[in-house]
Amino acid sequence: MNNLLEAHSVSKNFGDFTALNKVSISVPKGSIFGLLGPNGAGKTTLIRIINQITMPDEGQVILDGESLQNHHIKDIGYLPEERGLYKSMKVGEQAMYLARLKGLSKSEAKTRLKYWFERLEIGDWWNKKIQELSKGMAQKIQFVVTVLHEPKLLIFDEPFSGFDPINASLIKDEILRLRDNGATVIFSTHRMESVEELCDQIALIHESNKILDGTLTDIKRQFKTNTFEIGIRASDNLILEKELSQKFSVSPASFKTLGDELMLNVKLSENDVPNDLLSYLTSKGEVSHFVELIPSANDIFIQAVKNH
Amino acid sequence: MNHLSLIIEREYLTKVKNKSFIVMTILSPIIMIALIAIVAYLSQINNNKERTISILDESGILKSSFTNTESIKYNILDNTTLDEAKKSVNENKEYGLLYIENFKDINELGEHIKFYSEDSPSLTLMSGLESKLEKQLTDLKLEFEGVDMEKIKASRVRVNIAQESFIGEKTSKIDSVVKLIFGGLAGYLLFMFIIIYGNMIMRSVIEEKTSRIIEIIISSVKPIQLMLGKIIGTSLAGITQFVIWIILGGILMTLVSFIFGIDFAQSQSAQQEVLNQAMQNPEVSMEIQNVMNAFYNLPITNLIIAFILFFIGGYLLYSSLYAAIGAAVDNETDTQQFLLPILVPLILAVYIGIFTVIEDPHGTVSTVFSFIPLTSPVVMLMRIPFGVPIWQQVLSIGLLIGTFIFTVWFAAKIYRVGILMYGKKPSYKELLKWIKY
Repeated sequence: MNNLLEAHSVSKNFGDFTALNKVSISVPKGSIFGLLGPNGAGKTTLIRIINQITMPDEGQVILDGESLQNHHIKDIGYLPEERGLYKSMKVGEQAMYLARLKGLSKSEAKTRLKYWFERLEIGDWWNKKIQELSKGMAQKIQFVVTVLHEPKLLIFDEPFSGFDPINASLIKDEILRLRDNGATVIFSTHRMESVEELCDQIALIHESNKILDGTLTDIKRQFKTNTFEIGIRASDNLILEKELSQKFSVSPASFKTLGDELMLNVKLSENDVPNDLLSYLTSKGEVSHFVELIPSANDIFIQAVKNH
Repeated sequence: MNHLSLIIEREYLTKVKNKSFIVMTILSPIIMIALIAIVAYLSQINNNKERTISILDESGILKSSFTNTESIKYNILDNTTLDEAKKSVNENKEYGLLYIENFKDINELGEHIKFYSEDSPSLTLMSGLESKLEKQLTDLKLEFEGVDMEKIKASRVRVNIAQESFIGEKTSKIDSVVKLIFGGLAGYLLFMFIIIYGNMIMRSVIEEKTSRIIEIIISSVKPIQLMLGKIIGTSLAGITQFVIWIILGGILMTLVSFIFGIDFAQSQSAQQEVLNQAMQNPEVSMEIQNVMNAFYNLPITNLIIAFILFFIGGYLLYSSLYAAIGAAVDNETDTQQFLLPILVPLILAVYIGIFTVIEDPHGTVSTVFSFIPLTSPVVMLMRIPFGVPIWQQVLSIGLLIGTFIFTVWFAAKIYRVGILMYGKKPSYKELLKWIKY
């Protein structure tokens, strides 16, 4: 069994509105899986179905080889996008309560909380009330509560919102460490740079349908346009540009250089080999820059949604 | 089930540890007792003040009928004119002057009695004087017409219809009053409990929504567990508060009456006087015996069991509706339109209980409403002291439990969907749609 979680053509309707239309995903064990999509695409509905908050109308969700059941609740840690804490409760009491709801015993919850509070340097907050804490501080506690019972599957919905860069990177490191320790992570966000940094696999949901999925590298390969960013010092830049534009489709590029190179994006046709372009260029002048343009997650996101 | 007890524990502890809850618990009986004490004290001062009333009786036939009481001193004036009398009464700061003009005809005399005072006299004092004079003049007139007063006194017949039910149980009018008080108290207690703690449940659901913790909780427990935990936890806190109120109220009452010497029982001294007089009358003391009998005649076991069952059933029925309302809205101001439909049957139940059950405890209206689940807890609790056949009680409880299961299911549906809905106030139509989700 290589996949920790599999959703098989899951559908969900709210009245006349279809929130999910036969969506299937497979999340490999020990990976970080990015669940992406524009607002209102149906990501949260899918996450809620995995958490057994909502029941699917059709389809099946399999966790670790078993059809989703009540006892799986303790195998999942969920950090929802809309999250808060009881305002009038003390931090420690509250964390204990939430930990015990996940099935930890009183003493176990206490030891683990002490460990995590120490780790995130929030030990002295134990007796504070939530209303005394800033938003970022409360987010830290929510993070601790999510991971405390060491679930097999962690689901983070926009985990970095509300964090300053230092704490965001602290949390990012913790997520990676949890993954390395064997947890599987489903990660939903709109911040594409963190998708690039973290995700091994992604699925893109748009208007209730899954329109794209696979490993990030495969998808990038799929979306690459065979375009190269080049910088060259030729004897006459203008003549070279003209020659190039006759052979390939060319557009101006910009990147940081030291001199007065000709900077261009050169798009090869499917039959062209990059080496031919490179040898052509070396024959024309001094090549200072030759990089294949790999589409960013951001580009892929926008393009996939637009094309659909 | 472990989850449920955890939720109950948290709900209970946060309620009980809440500052405003503590303040309310301690302050309410203090304020209540203080109010009663002040009222009692003030009315005592009022009653202790001795009033002097001067009487100028030109006819000379009524003078002798005035004897001083604790609160009123009569001052009989002789050999003076009305103007002089008025003057002296005013100068002496007396309460007033009763002027009886001389007429031959007793009827005419009765019509021309006047009372002079600086301010309008107290209503009870005037009616007291009127009835005293009326009685005296009637007696005089009877005597004048040649009727023997002794014969009249001797010929008075007292009637007291003894009531007995077909199965031989003795009942009495006093019985009915005692039953009414018992039933009314039970029904009203339930009504208050539903309103106070139903609102508390609703607020606590809304709080979870507005603080956005709900989705975190709901990923660990089933919504219905959360809802039931909330209802039970809040009810336990409510019972705690009630018990503290009763104990604290009792202690304070004793303390206050001990320290300030205010006798609460005597605060309504007019009634006290009647009671004192009544005690001397052997027939009335029989009646008091009857009250005690009536109390012992109440179907106590039935009453207690029914009270517990109807109280729990009625309370859970309404509180699950309150929880559903809390889940459906985002803030308290939006709750009004949904609260009305639950308040109407509740208030209706109390009105039916007070007006119809008194009039006819086993009439059609009382009987029908003691079966309708939304009104049955209150109405049935008020009816039971009058003796309701067991089959009716069982049927009513059965209907109540059935409805209760239905409303919990219904509320849980709304709760499940509602707690994750933010931003818009749903209409009834949308609520119905939620059930299908």
